[in-house]
Amino acid sequence: MKQLMLSLLGGAALLAAQTGANAQTLINGAGSTFDYPAFAKWFAAYAKVDPGVQFNYQSIGSGGGQHLLLNRTVDFGASDAYMTDQAMAGAPGKILHVPVVCGGVAIAYNLPGVPHLKLDGRTLANIFLGKITKWNDPAIAGQNPGVQLPAMPIIPVHRTEGSGTTWIFTGYLSSISPEWKSQVGHSVSVNWPSGVGLGAKGSEGVAGQVRQLPGAICYVELAYAIQTHMSYAAMKNAAGRYTLPTLEAVSAALSTAHVPPDFRFEFPNPPGPKVYPICGVSWVLVYQHPDDAKRAKGLVKFLRWAVTDGQKITPSLDYAPLPPNVQKQILAELDTITY
Amino acid sequence: MALAIFVLVLLIGYELLHGSRLSLHQFGWRFLITRDWDVLNEKLGALTFIYGTLVTSAIALLIAVPISVGTAIYLTEVAPLRLRQPLVMFVELLAAIPSVVLGLWGLFVLVPFMRDHVDPSLEKLLGFLPLFKGPIYGIGFLSAGVILAIMIVPIITSVSREILRSVPGLQREAAYALGATRWEVTRIAVLSYAKKGLFGAVILGLGRALGETMAATMVIGNIPNISASLFAPGYTMASVLANEFTEAVSGLYLSALFEVGLALLGVTLVVNAFAQLLLKTFAGPTIKPQH
Repeated sequence: MKQLMLSLLGGAALLAAQTGANAQTLINGAGSTFDYPAFAKWFAAYAKVDPGVQFNYQSIGSGGGQHLLLNRTVDFGASDAYMTDQAMAGAPGKILHVPVVCGGVAIAYNLPGVPHLKLDGRTLANIFLGKITKWNDPAIAGQNPGVQLPAMPIIPVHRTEGSGTTWIFTGYLSSISPEWKSQVGHSVSVNWPSGVGLGAKGSEGVAGQVRQLPGAICYVELAYAIQTHMSYAAMKNAAGRYTLPTLEAVSAALSTAHVPPDFRFEFPNPPGPKVYPICGVSWVLVYQHPDDAKRAKGLVKFLRWAVTDGQKITPSLDYAPLPPNVQKQILAELDTITY
Repeated sequence: MALAIFVLVLLIGYELLHGSRLSLHQFGWRFLITRDWDVLNEKLGALTFIYGTLVTSAIALLIAVPISVGTAIYLTEVAPLRLRQPLVMFVELLAAIPSVVLGLWGLFVLVPFMRDHVDPSLEKLLGFLPLFKGPIYGIGFLSAGVILAIMIVPIITSVSREILRSVPGLQREAAYALGATRWEVTRIAVLSYAKKGLFGAVILGLGRALGETMAATMVIGNIPNISASLFAPGYTMASVLANEFTEAVSGLYLSALFEVGLALLGVTLVVNAFAQLLLKTFAGPTIKPQH
C-alpha cells in the first residue's frame, strides 16, 4: 500500500514534470495541511518572482511529509511538529528545520445563543479529559458571568489522524495540566481518553462535525474557524487575561519564544498580557546537502523569498509574520545548504 | 478466470500478512481481543474496530434486507408492467451515488434528523433496552448502520430482482393451477425456489457493508469504543484505515494498521463461510428447474 501510494505520487510528479515545459524546474513537496493555504498563495505569487520553477505540493499531513522526505521522494517536507532526533536518525542526510508560518489554534464551539465564551486551560483540559461534561458546569459558568449557558452535554471533537494541530494543542494542555501530560500526552496523535467525544479526519472534518452538532467543541487552525464562521473562545493566558487568536496576539506569543539554532522550538502558554496561549510554528524540512543541485538552488531561492517577502502575504490568511530577527536567523541557516 | 481471483485474494492476503508481521510478532493473537488503541504507548488492539464493523453491518442488514427483498418482489410480481422499468432505474440510480456524497448527506441531513427525531422516539419506546440508552449525539453506530443500509439496498434489490425473474414461469403457473392466491404463489412457488439466490444477494450486500469506508467514517464518530448503546459513537475497521493510514509514521503503528486490514479480510471470509454453512444447513435442496 505504501509502495503503491509512493509510486502513485511519483507517477503524478513525473507526469507533472513532463507536462511542465522542459526549461522549468519542478520542485516536489508534501506534508502539513496547516501550511497548505500559505503554500498555495506563495506558489502563485512566486511565479512572478521566478517563473523558472514550478511547485507540486501534496497536503497529505505532517506525518506523511516527514515520511516522504526520509525516503527522498520529495524535495521538501512540511510539518507542524518538529522531527525528533529519533525520527531523524534514519535519514540519509542532515535535515534542517525552516520555520515558515506561525499560527494560532482556535478553540471553536457550537453553542446556539452563546457567541462569546471565555475558558482557561485547566477547564479546557478537563473538558477533553471528560471530567466536565455539561456546558453549565460551574467551572465554565464561573468564568462567564452573565452568559446563559445551556445544560447541554459537551462533545469534544478531536483529530483522528496524526496532526500538527493536535501537537500544538496537546503541548499547550500538557504545559497546564499534569494529569493531561501523564494520561494523554503531547504528540501528533495521542491516547484520547476513551469514551469521550468524537473524532474526525482533517481540519475540515473536525470543523464539519462541530458545525452540525450543537454542544460540540474542537481545536482547529484559526483560518478554518474563520472560514466556516464558527464561534471561538477567548483563552486565559499566563498573565490571567482572556485573549482571542488575533494576528497581534499570535505575533506577541511568537515574540516571546526562545528560538534555538536548530529552530526546533515550541512556546506553549507563553508569558505576557497580550499573548494568545495556543500557538505554534510550522516548518519546511529540507536536506542540508540535497542531491539535485538545480532543484535545490530553486528551492533555497524560494525559501529565502518565503521567509522574507512571503511573510507580507500570509497575514491575509491569518498567519502571524515571522519577526525580523528570526527571519535573519533563518537566512543564515539557508546559507549553510550546499549543492 | 476463477483461479485468477483466487490468486488475487491470496496475494492481497500475503501482502497484508507481510505488512503486519511486526505487529503480529509484537501483539500475537491478543491483537484481536485487545480493546486499547493507544498509539503513543504502542498498545494496540483491533477489538473495537471489529465490533464497530460487525454492529454497523448487522444494523444495515436488519434494515436493508426486508426493504430490498420486498422491493424486488414488488418489482417482479406485483408492480404494473409500465411502472417496473422506471422504478428499476431509480434503484440503480441509488447505487450510483458515490459513497462520499452519501456520507455528506448523512452528516448534514441524516444525523440531525436522527438526533432530533428518530433517536429520541426510539429511546422513548424502547429505552428499557440497553441498546437505546445513553446520550444522543446523532452520530454513532445507529446512524452509520442506516447509511450502510441505504448503500446496500440497491445492490440487494438488483440482484434479488434478477433472481426472482429467473424463476421459471412454469413454477408460478403450476401454483396458480392449484388454486393458490397471488401471495401464496409468491411465497411457495417463487420465494422458496429462489431463497438460495436471495441469500447470496444478501451476502453480496453484507460484503459491501463490511468494507464500506467513507460514508461510515463520516457519521460513526471515529473513536474506539465498545458500547451496548447504538446511539454511542464508534469506529469501524475500514474507517480507521482511511483515517490513520496516511499519517502513521512509526513502524509498529503502520504494521498494526496492516493487521487491521488483515483482520478485515479475515472477518469478511469468516462471515461468508458462516453464511455458506447457514445456507447448507437450513436452506435444504433447491428444486431443480423443470425442462
